[in-house]
Amino acid sequence: MNEEQIKQELEDKFSFLKDAVSITRKGRIFAQVPLDKFEAVFAHALKKMNFTALSAVTGLDRGDGFEVIYHLNRDGAIVLNLKVLLEKENPQVKTITGYCPSADIYERELMDLLGIKVDGLAPGQRYPLSDDWPKGEYPLRKDWKGPTSAKEAQNA
Amino acid sequence: MHKYGDVIVPIGPQHPALKEPESFLITLRGEKITASSVRLGYNHRGIEKACEERTYTQGVYLIERVCGICSHSHSTAFVQAVEEIAGVEIPARAKYIRTLIAELERIHSHLLWLGVAGHEIGFDTLLMYTWRDREVVMDLLAKLTGNRVNYGINTIGGVRRDVSVKQKEEVLKAIDTLEKQTKYYIDLATKETTLLKRLQGVGVLSHEDAISLGAVGPTGRASGIARDTRKDDPYAAYGELDFKVISVDNCDVYGRTLVRLGELIESFSLVRQVIAKIPDGPITVRVPRKIPAGEVLSRYEAPRGEDVHYVRSNGTEKPDRVKVRAPTLANVQSVSKMLEDRYLADMPIVIAAIDPCFSCTDRLIALRDTQTKKSNTVIWETIRLKGIEWYKQQGVDFTALNKKLSKKLHL
Repeated sequence: MNEEQIKQELEDKFSFLKDAVSITRKGRIFAQVPLDKFEAVFAHALKKMNFTALSAVTGLDRGDGFEVIYHLNRDGAIVLNLKVLLEKENPQVKTITGYCPSADIYERELMDLLGIKVDGLAPGQRYPLSDDWPKGEYPLRKDWKGPTSAKEAQNA
Repeated sequence: MHKYGDVIVPIGPQHPALKEPESFLITLRGEKITASSVRLGYNHRGIEKACEERTYTQGVYLIERVCGICSHSHSTAFVQAVEEIAGVEIPARAKYIRTLIAELERIHSHLLWLGVAGHEIGFDTLLMYTWRDREVVMDLLAKLTGNRVNYGINTIGGVRRDVSVKQKEEVLKAIDTLEKQTKYYIDLATKETTLLKRLQGVGVLSHEDAISLGAVGPTGRASGIARDTRKDDPYAAYGELDFKVISVDNCDVYGRTLVRLGELIESFSLVRQVIAKIPDGPITVRVPRKIPAGEVLSRYEAPRGEDVHYVRSNGTEKPDRVKVRAPTLANVQSVSKMLEDRYLADMPIVIAAIDPCFSCTDRLIALRDTQTKKSNTVIWETIRLKGIEWYKQQGVDFTALNKKLSKKLHL
């Protein structure tokens, strides 16, 4: 299955993915998935298209909201990147640990660094911030500044 | 039925058996581990956030310091991503030089691991031997790049130092020495009964578990996952070079040893091919300071497994987001599985066998008091009490046990 065939299968199977899948170069497919349909697409990619390895989960602050990207790979060069957009207020995703147990630590990172709620994630140790990290401070949010950079900005 | 209950033993974050801070809570029944959990994050330095506040060029040097061992891995993964967004094709000679440094880094990392593995199983002679030989490749890296670690060879658009004819000869000479020594270690690892007995059947990770837990690199390849980014998704000069992906089905620490030893031999061959094939020409191209908007996922086979960088740009000279997924983060999740129902004495070698690198894994925030600027001296007793308090919060309390002990010892 090459990139074009994967794109075709995704578009055939899920009508809402029409025009939402792009091949950026050999081996890289990005797809914008509606949040409420994400689980279905993810499960299909994992079980039917053999994307069994989760490389990472990237969370980022777009300013007007958040974005979470699930990077999936399999044998060979192709990486399928599934993106979902989240609202600025109360960002929330469902856990995928039921499909990939390895997602646990990436999801905890989303919680700690961006303050994205992960629904259904089993209780466990936080990662990667320290136990005495102040509540409600999410360092990877764009409006967050560490004391050092805040001071630098003030002096500049 | 045994008459004693389970005991939870805290190991780390500061512990003589572990070289970097990480904390394990091990549940023991007798000598056997029944459950374990790991807490990471002690090396979190805020590098991803810091990258967003710096230019791409500054980012290269910062990203290189994510890890002391695989510094070239991280910087290459990052510059590859930035070059791809900028649409820059780097000169062929630069690709070969990146590959050369990458393989020398793999050689030094695998030799380092072999020494650590020897040390963890009480075979310190092996540590002394391999680390002596590792100096050969460290000297070579210092000659080629100016540094033993954090080579600073990469820049956006190519590499910063060329390789001279004399240096090429030195590389070939050193590789001959290293190959001879490695063959001796392979002989040792496959024949020496002590090593076999100590490593076989220890830290077992089945093929299925390796897939579901996302194991990468030698940890995955020792459980039959024949994936190697250099082969699957070639970058730098790997597409033009001939090498084998080493994978075995042993699924234990012994398998991980075989994979790394096999990879050393492949790396020697790769270095020789690079020296023979390296084309003439420039080593760098100019790249504008401002990088157009875009996003790229860059993959790199680091000595410990696949290193993944995601970079998003917004058209300015600073990145919008840099995400680093170091290989240990993918592998550490399989450690609990490997420890299950095993002896406590196997724990150091099982953890060491994934070749963990927690600095890489934690990357990211230390807060400094910029207001007072006063230096505080923390006395040992304060640290001890803080530690006791922290473990109490985690549910590990030795107060009753200590009381009992003092009574017995008449303290």
